[in-house]
Amino acid sequence: MKGMRVRAGRFRLYAAVAEGGFRRYATYRIATAAGVFTNTAFGLILAYTYIALWDERPGLGGYDQAQAVTFVWLGQGLLTVMALMGGGFEGELIERIRTGDIAVDLYRPADLQAWWLASDLGRALFQLLGRGIVPMAVGALVFDLALPADPLRWLAFLLAVALGALVSFGLRFLVALCAFWLLDGAGITQVVMLAGTFFSGMLLPLNVFPGALGDLARALPWSALLQVPADVFLGTHTGLGLLRTYAFQLGWAAALLTAGRLLQAAATRRVVVQGG
Amino acid sequence: METVGTTDLIELEGVEKVFDVRKKTGFLRRERHQVRAVDGISFTVPRGEMVGYIGPNGAGKSTTIKMLTGILTPSGGRLRVAGIVPSRERTRLAQRIGVVFGQRTTLWWDLPLIDSYRLVHRMYRIPDARFRENLDRCVELLELGALLDVPVRQLSLGQRMRGDIAAALLHDPEVLYLDEPTIGLDVISKAKVRGFLRDLNTQSGTTVLLTTHDLTDIEQLCERVMVIDHGRLMYDGPLAGLHEVGESERTLVVDLERELPPMEIESARVVKVEGPRQWLAFPAAQSAAPLVARIAARYPMADLSVREPDIEAVIAKMYAEKATS
Ligand SMILES: Nc1ncnc2c1ncn2[C@@H]1O[C@H](COP(=O)(O)OP(=O)(O)OP(=O)(O)O)[C@@H](O)[C@H]1O
Ligand SMILES: [Mg+2]
Repeated sequence: MKGMRVRAGRFRLYAAVAEGGFRRYATYRIATAAGVFTNTAFGLILAYTYIALWDERPGLGGYDQAQAVTFVWLGQGLLTVMALMGGGFEGELIERIRTGDIAVDLYRPADLQAWWLASDLGRALFQLLGRGIVPMAVGALVFDLALPADPLRWLAFLLAVALGALVSFGLRFLVALCAFWLLDGAGITQVVMLAGTFFSGMLLPLNVFPGALGDLARALPWSALLQVPADVFLGTHTGLGLLRTYAFQLGWAAALLTAGRLLQAAATRRVVVQGG
Repeated sequence: METVGTTDLIELEGVEKVFDVRKKTGFLRRERHQVRAVDGISFTVPRGEMVGYIGPNGAGKSTTIKMLTGILTPSGGRLRVAGIVPSRERTRLAQRIGVVFGQRTTLWWDLPLIDSYRLVHRMYRIPDARFRENLDRCVELLELGALLDVPVRQLSLGQRMRGDIAAALLHDPEVLYLDEPTIGLDVISKAKVRGFLRDLNTQSGTTVLLTTHDLTDIEQLCERVMVIDHGRLMYDGPLAGLHEVGESERTLVVDLERELPPMEIESARVVKVEGPRQWLAFPAAQSAAPLVARIAARYPMADLSVREPDIEAVIAKMYAEKATS
């Protein structure tokens, strides 16, 4: 009984944190508008590039041209949701560790990982609504996109996005915690971001890459951020294949979140909080 | 229940904190050395007391407070707060302590002040009625009413500090640690914060441990003061007692009938001459009467007054002595 009440209480806390994460980003309207503009412009450039590429090599990576262009707009829509170019909580957490403000987070009766996860999911939801929909709509107006007719496929896609957001958080949380040891998290953040841009499929869909490189790219966690949701959207995974896809995402999410917990325990045990 | 048999809420026994610091001394060469930030400190604070914890920059005050919250693990010694070993049960202790680091904020930067309080409500699982009551009281006493809907990043330093103090108190902590709560505040804001803390201590009986560089805070709030330097406790007792320990001096200001060379009087020395006025310093413990009699016998004295030593000077002197010894 008591355990249940405690858990309900915790849920309300993290729900409030997530809501705060959402509203925080919602307060920056101009930044959001500028971001939407950038995503749209970038989407247009990439879409024409892909069209040229698929004209040369029809059926590249198993996509037809409409699917390839759809992939571009999905990428633009999910770019900030998955914080592929940064802009999530990690910069803030690294800064808090560097300046010692993390002290404040540590003496409160809340779990560090759960706190940042909640706040990052709130952010991701805002980015999905605030920065995902408009570029996608522009894409659909200008190009002939392969949009699913089946509403269930849209739902399946949203679930894949949610799982992808978990994986994305798990990766960035690990990176951010390194700041406890490195103090300057900028270097590692950049390396991981670069890896993420490539291995998520942001530059080119991963199924374009043949052989071992392709296999490796598809097995790494970053593919759960864009490639997997896009494939669910495009209908590549159905039935049992869809379940296997979810299992792949869930597996990475669980592994990364567990690793994050262990690293957090190690960090807080030997924590050296900076500054007065 | 852990506190049965003791009224001491905070107990430290030979507590130490040693930091390993690695310094770059050349290309690829690093030197390791240790900083003894806290070097064997023992004290206890009984329930309901308000104690000042002062010392020069780098003395180890913040490090002590971090150990008392559980976010730093001591390198040695024993430490208990409300019967709990802080570093071992940080989360359980959190329910019973309130912390304000004047240089940092617990408030949510981009959101209105009230949102941070709603979060505190959930975080500490404060019963709804209790939360409302505490919030109303803090809002009234700290004059936060007009600020609740303002994003924290738009608050002035003084407003933010008051907001932070409220955030630390909504869950009725038994102990409140304040690390420089008046830093950077103007005279009026300082007075507000002090007034609030005094009422909190007398009315709610909250135990308060306060660090500051503003001795007026201590003079107005704390009967007991601890002085720490280089990680060691130099003094622990009433504020007034610092004078004796610090070998402080009182000053006799003598107005002579005309300008004269510095007077020569045993057991006192002239520290300043300005026209017919001369300042004589003498040990604070010594009575002024015989001194006055001696001066009156030898010099044409028009008027005089005695100045009590100023606590700030006493402490500055104390810091300086320890540094050179
Ligand atoms: N994370 C750290 N790593 C290494 N040394 C540290 C660390 N934190 C504190 N120190 C050192 O420990 C000593 C005590 O620092 P502390 O912050 O406790 O001082 P303080 O009394 O709060 O000073 P101030 O009045 O300036 O705030 C200083 O010499 C400081 O350089
Ligand atoms: Mg300090």
